[in-house]
Amino acid sequence: MAEFRLPKNSRITRGKHFDAANGSGNTRTFAVYRYDPSTGENPRVDTYELDMDSCGPMVLDALIKIKNEIDPTLTFRRSCREGICGSCAMNIDGGNTLACTRANDEVSGDVKIYPLPHMPVVKDLVTDLTNFYAQYASIKPWLQARTPPPPDSERLQSKEDQELINEPSACILCACCSTSCPSYWWNSDRYLGPAALLAAYRWLVDTRDEATGERLDELEDPFRLYRCHTIMNCTQTCPKNLNPALAIAETKKMLAARKY
Amino acid sequence: MNNNDRPLSPHISIYRWPVTMVSSILHRATGIAMAAGFALLVFWLANTANGPGAYAALAAVMGSTVGRILLVGWSWAFFYHLANGIRHLVWDTGRGLEKGQATASAWFVIAASVVLTAVFWMVLS
Repeated sequence: MAEFRLPKNSRITRGKHFDAANGSGNTRTFAVYRYDPSTGENPRVDTYELDMDSCGPMVLDALIKIKNEIDPTLTFRRSCREGICGSCAMNIDGGNTLACTRANDEVSGDVKIYPLPHMPVVKDLVTDLTNFYAQYASIKPWLQARTPPPPDSERLQSKEDQELINEPSACILCACCSTSCPSYWWNSDRYLGPAALLAAYRWLVDTRDEATGERLDELEDPFRLYRCHTIMNCTQTCPKNLNPALAIAETKKMLAARKY
Repeated sequence: MNNNDRPLSPHISIYRWPVTMVSSILHRATGIAMAAGFALLVFWLANTANGPGAYAALAAVMGSTVGRILLVGWSWAFFYHLANGIRHLVWDTGRGLEKGQATASAWFVIAASVVLTAVFWMVLS
């Protein structure tokens, strides 16, 4: 059920403010969600003024600068810093995206940084993705075929066949889409969410896969698939410019088509 | 620490609404508004059947400023729900789901609902 108000322990309190160390004049304010599980205190939003002349161009650079120069306890996930690992997914300026590919200049006003929405917070910007990964595993993201491969070669595909899975298999599982989706906010216990459904679609249209029927059976459920109401937040927010909403619509079409 | 004690990250209060999200919640809101409007329709039919006195009483209420605002609101809800319903039908065929298309169609539906409501009331009056 939709629960619009945050639970008592999750309501955000006023945090601390940190001025720029030596003002060059070119400063920018970053408002960052902070939560420390060891204190038992509610989450808060701290604001940091950064000297932008000594800061890299991306939001991730700003976070690293805060961690290096102001508060080493600031906690966030990051790895590749080039938009392929999906670790630094977070809510920046009201939209879910990767901190490493979102430039500070793309944001007007203060840069507001929150963890991925409607998720359990482990610490600061790190959320618990256990359920998200379990949902991905539940769609069986691997090739299922009864026919053995040719003895002397791989399972070859035509160029056209490959193009079907080109885009959906470019998903990096950053969880931006699923955690942008109001249906997922209210029903993440039963609705698979756009990321898992995009992955399911990737195997539905794979011409080498022979479990299409079973895969569709698994998805034919009022919650798992049909909680998608085409709100389109997934496609609007995907940092890789993929289109989970289209994949879900195509999946619904496949289910309708096999009935009639 | 118990995992269930973890705070929930903020969601609707911090998310910047794309117009497609606005158009989605408006579809639901106008659907609910129309359901309420149908109660009025039944009331209107009942009062019509009850004779000229009952009809005149209802007509007076609905002809007042508040009544007119409600009627305009209900007619807008109808036209919005109709236009956005057609948008959903197009989506169900797998078309119009690219980011730019969905944003454009959201604005189009909002504009169309306002225009249709205006034309409807101009024809009526």
